[in-house]
Amino acid sequence: MQQTTGKMKLAELETNFERKIQAEEKIEPRDAMPEAYRLHLIRQISQHAHSEVIGMQPEGNWLLRAPSLRSKQILLAKIQDEGGHGLYLYSAAETLGISREEMIRQLHEGKAKYSNIFNYPTLTWADIGAIGWLVDGAAIVNQVALQRTSFGPYARAMFRICKEESFHQRQGYEIMATMMKGTPEQKKMAQDAMNRWWWPSLMMFGPHDSDSPHSGDAFKWKIKRKSNDELRQKFIDKTVQQAYVIGLTIPDPLLKWNEDKQGYDHGPIDWSEFKNVISGNGPCNRQRMEHHKFWHEEGKWVREAADAYKKRISTLN
Amino acid sequence: MTMELKEALQKFLLRLGDNALIQGQRLSEWCSRAPMLEEDIALSNLALDHIGRAQVLLDYAGHTFGEIKTADELAFRRSEREYYNFLMAELPTGNFAFTIAKQLFLSAYEDLLYEALCESTDTHLSAFSLKAVKEARYHFSHAADWCMRLGLGTAESHDKMVDAIHDLWAYTHEFFEMSDCDLLLLQHGIAPDQEKLKKNWLDKIGKVFMRTGFSIPQDTYQHRGSRQGIHTEHLGHLLCEMQYLQRSYPDASW
Amino acid sequence: MDTQLDLWEVFVQGKSGGQFMHAGSVHASDKEMALKYARDLYTRRNEGSAIWVVLSNNIVSSAPEDAEMFFDPANDKIYRHPTFYTMPEGALQI
Repeated sequence: MQQTTGKMKLAELETNFERKIQAEEKIEPRDAMPEAYRLHLIRQISQHAHSEVIGMQPEGNWLLRAPSLRSKQILLAKIQDEGGHGLYLYSAAETLGISREEMIRQLHEGKAKYSNIFNYPTLTWADIGAIGWLVDGAAIVNQVALQRTSFGPYARAMFRICKEESFHQRQGYEIMATMMKGTPEQKKMAQDAMNRWWWPSLMMFGPHDSDSPHSGDAFKWKIKRKSNDELRQKFIDKTVQQAYVIGLTIPDPLLKWNEDKQGYDHGPIDWSEFKNVISGNGPCNRQRMEHHKFWHEEGKWVREAADAYKKRISTLN
Repeated sequence: MTMELKEALQKFLLRLGDNALIQGQRLSEWCSRAPMLEEDIALSNLALDHIGRAQVLLDYAGHTFGEIKTADELAFRRSEREYYNFLMAELPTGNFAFTIAKQLFLSAYEDLLYEALCESTDTHLSAFSLKAVKEARYHFSHAADWCMRLGLGTAESHDKMVDAIHDLWAYTHEFFEMSDCDLLLLQHGIAPDQEKLKKNWLDKIGKVFMRTGFSIPQDTYQHRGSRQGIHTEHLGHLLCEMQYLQRSYPDASW
Repeated sequence: MDTQLDLWEVFVQGKSGGQFMHAGSVHASDKEMALKYARDLYTRRNEGSAIWVVLSNNIVSSAPEDAEMFFDPANDKIYRHPTFYTMPEGALQI
């Protein structure tokens, strides 16, 4: 996009930024903003985009084995949405002056991260239920809060994503509910998936507020509107009830209703596992990255052909 | 409807339904593997159209059996020899050029077929075809666009398309085979004359090739067999994966 | 050097007769591709009846710093709005 030249001094611009943040006005891409704000957003939005895209893999693992035509269509439409959400988010980050090529390069070089949760394997069909219900459920709690984030394009992407995601969690919960009404083998599968995905889902909200390294600036700039622990609590409170309804047990012996805070207390989260997975030693870290790199490389000749074709027709016109 | 005609209709519906299902399954393989995120979404859309089509057609086919079968029973509980999709549909996905060439050939055929089926004396089929023809037309347009890009893109993309066209050509004439069941359906105005479709299909493909600098392969050997349920080795593996849960847990519903 | 092709902006018209609204962006090499990708991405829930795509580079934007100079002068031109005018009591259909 081209822009006409404005005439305002740097100091004025920065005051403008502060004023807008205070007044709950959105920051738009061409507004002046502190460099640190821009970099923080690029890091967060690109990580979010990469998560959507890498998240297509664990679910895609069951696409060809989906047990009915209905479930195959639903799963495909869902994974397609994740791709679309990745795309909305890449676009939001692009408005900050980073190209999609560069974001993908950073992912491949390990400089940009994606959500840890996708480094776990999907071992049975029940895992597709667990991902939709727990992982998307956790993501939605986070994304609803992000609709109020201070950067306009990010907030708009979140708004669209939340609207589209509303079926994802239901799809997962429906799979779990159906299996819990099914054969003993199906029930076992469902509970097993619950056991494996519960704790990683809680870890999706990130470290406890007391240990969270980036929260300070993110709060000040109103990029982040609710703390990790607040969001985690919200997720636990709604999910426990849903688990009970279909007869699943939460794999936490210390989980207990706390009348005073009107929410559940939960057992300690094993952060050593979290750190282990985040540092590259999860069950699927390598596999996910190799897959992405391989197919990115494999598609290169197609992108080059499209580009060459464009140049060729533009000389003809 | 005579028994004979009913059986012919059943085979025809299974052919249409199986073509849709197997193509849908193959196209789904691109999920998270396409050259661009945008194309990933585009290919998923194509796959979804096909699986949706399979659901309706197999459901209808299920009603032609003495004891009604559901679309899922037909999709997940039949074996290789009971499938009637074209051999081309089941061939391994291959590279992007292979998929585009496959899509070009199949969607050109489906565009013409469903257009003709809009006039079918079978009202279920004609009503369904009104919707299917719109999808097929879009699929053809998607494939033809890419044919241009790959054909006129780089030397590498051009060569890959030429290879794909050459390899796939031997599976194209099977589309138009007139079996006894096709003849019977033609007599009753249910299904079109495949020979006529062939002429239009060659024109359609010829037009795309003319703009992209490809030529129609001459006199290559043509594979056949799907009208009799005789397939390539690839179908069995595809079914193995697709039917895994239904076969492993026959008492479960999902 | 990798390419993710060009950036295009997408405008979707929900219903025939309605306005075209900015829906988002896509990457594509040519206009046919941009239109199809826009269709797949922004109208797959039946949101559209027509689509415009335009190369992002061809859009010109006003500068945020000019916003005051551009838009504030319109603030006090209240005579452009129908409520500015006093109508005699009893007059109908005006």
